Amino acid sequence: MNTNSSNSAGDNKIRPKGPNLLFTRKSPLIDIAQLLILGGVTAWVIYKGAQAMQYNWQWYRVDQFFYRIVDGELIWGALMKGLMVTFQITAVSMVLSVLIGLITALLRMSNSFSGKLIANVYLEAIRNTPLLVQLFLFYFIVAPIVGIDRFWTGVLCLSFFEGSFAAEIIRAGIQSVHRGQNEAAKALGFSRFNSYRDVILPQAVPIILPPMTGLVINLIKHSAIVSVIAVADLTTEGLNIISDTFMAFEIWFTVAGIYLVVTVSLSLFVSWLESRAMRGR
Amino acid sequence: MTELSSTTDSNADRKELLKFNGVGKWYGNFCALWDINLTVHKGERVVVCGPSGSGKSTMIRCVNLLESYEAGEILIDGSPIKNDPKSMQVIRRRVGMVFQNFNLFPHVTVLQNLMLGPIRNLKVSKKEAEETAMHYLEKVRIAEQAKKYPSQLSGGQQQRVAIARSLCMHPEAMLFDEPTSALDPEMISGVLDIMVELAEGGMTMMVVTHEMGFAKQVADTMVFMDHGEIVEVAPPAEFFTKPKSDRTELFLSQILQH
Ligand SMILES: Nc1ncnc2c1ncn2[C@@H]1O[C@H](COP(=O)(O)OP(=O)(O)OP(=O)(O)O)[C@@H](O)[C@H]1O
Ligand SMILES: [Mg+2]
Repeated sequence: MNTNSSNSAGDNKIRPKGPNLLFTRKSPLIDIAQLLILGGVTAWVIYKGAQAMQYNWQWYRVDQFFYRIVDGELIWGALMKGLMVTFQITAVSMVLSVLIGLITALLRMSNSFSGKLIANVYLEAIRNTPLLVQLFLFYFIVAPIVGIDRFWTGVLCLSFFEGSFAAEIIRAGIQSVHRGQNEAAKALGFSRFNSYRDVILPQAVPIILPPMTGLVINLIKHSAIVSVIAVADLTTEGLNIISDTFMAFEIWFTVAGIYLVVTVSLSLFVSWLESRAMRGR
Repeated sequence: MTELSSTTDSNADRKELLKFNGVGKWYGNFCALWDINLTVHKGERVVVCGPSGSGKSTMIRCVNLLESYEAGEILIDGSPIKNDPKSMQVIRRRVGMVFQNFNLFPHVTVLQNLMLGPIRNLKVSKKEAEETAMHYLEKVRIAEQAKKYPSQLSGGQQQRVAIARSLCMHPEAMLFDEPTSALDPEMISGVLDIMVELAEGGMTMMVVTHEMGFAKQVADTMVFMDHGEIVEVAPPAEFFTKPKSDRTELFLSQILQH
């Protein structure tokens, strides 16, 4: 064996750790070169594949689906209109998810047996069934009973789905606030509600926010599923354009690119916000 | 029961403020408190000591219902303390508590730490809450730090803020759970000085502590606990010189060596 095994366990602590060779970089140029090679190879494979299928690239026809200028007037194209619908779905669902998540988290941490039961049944049901099946349940059963349109069906389904993740994020955030904080609030005569409002949530929110932005990004991506029930979001518009123009490659690349731009700018924005908040301390 | 109630003569004419009547508590099958009988009179200073795990914290936390108990009852001013949410809030306003780890609210300033409780729970105006807060911050000699956040203060200063925060609720009695054990040695005396002043001002106090110097100085009554039971209750003069129980003697010999 090696020399370590002959030493007593206590000696190991004093030993300095060697450099981690796997992640040591002498120069960022290596990273950039790797990226270029990877991108080049991917592009080449796609190009060759399309050539073998005798695919007829028509990128010049794509821009009209973003916007057109007719008689000096700007007219948004189908993809942009779809993106707006995606934003609307995401925004409304986000608010509802946080509400559902907060209620579920509080129910789970309450002393009420039925409260815990409702929360757990909800969480297990959502986590253990496919999102697509949930959407059909909402579309064919809930929507006709409650009498809501397709947009709200999609929003509600996504909210309940994402709300189950929000519940866990919020619960973890609340539980990360030290137990002594709740005791101190109790010892000062705070009611449960006021101790959440004044003491616990203000400390939990900064912990909850970063993972919540991950949830927004998921929501943007998952919202594509409403295309199944023909809500006119970005994905649905993409599908419609393709059935009219047969430009499957261009449009799918474009649609994926739009999602990518939106989600990446969102996470960059959030990390900028975080770094600014850190500096503020 | 009579042998365990406090024996200080001056207590005879004092009102009984807190009274433990056969209190018992279990964690599952583990009995953390057994048949606790103890009377604390108005203005009395009770110091509780005993080995680690003997149930000292558990006992005083039962008073303001931070712990529930399964047997017996605790009386305040002669009436039993009930455990519905409303009564719990009321008892916690009447009996303040200071924790080992201060438990200040880190997200607000020192001043707001002191104002939050009275504004929410005593329904006083902001102005009045601020005046009270500044009054007590001066008492604990820390008024100039009012606008700082707790993390900017030393441990000793934080504990003094915690004492002031509790006083802002105008409690009838104060519970202290090892208020100096999380402090660096040089910080301890500052906190103890405040507690001595509080005692001299006539505050009813139950203090769990290993600071025997403090105990000798302020205690009217010493309580020794072991294995969830009260083993001995005696005035300090008697307690430190001729303890009745061997267990007390052993504990004292260990703790006074240091
Ligand atoms: N939440 C809990 N679950 C189970 N047992 C507990 C719990 N809290 C305390 N105990 C047990 O109850 C007993 C009394 O605990 P307590 O904290 O009151 O002791 P203590 O006298 O304050 O000790 P220390 O000097 O270490 O603070 C201990 O044996 C402890 O292990
Ligand atoms: Mg303790």
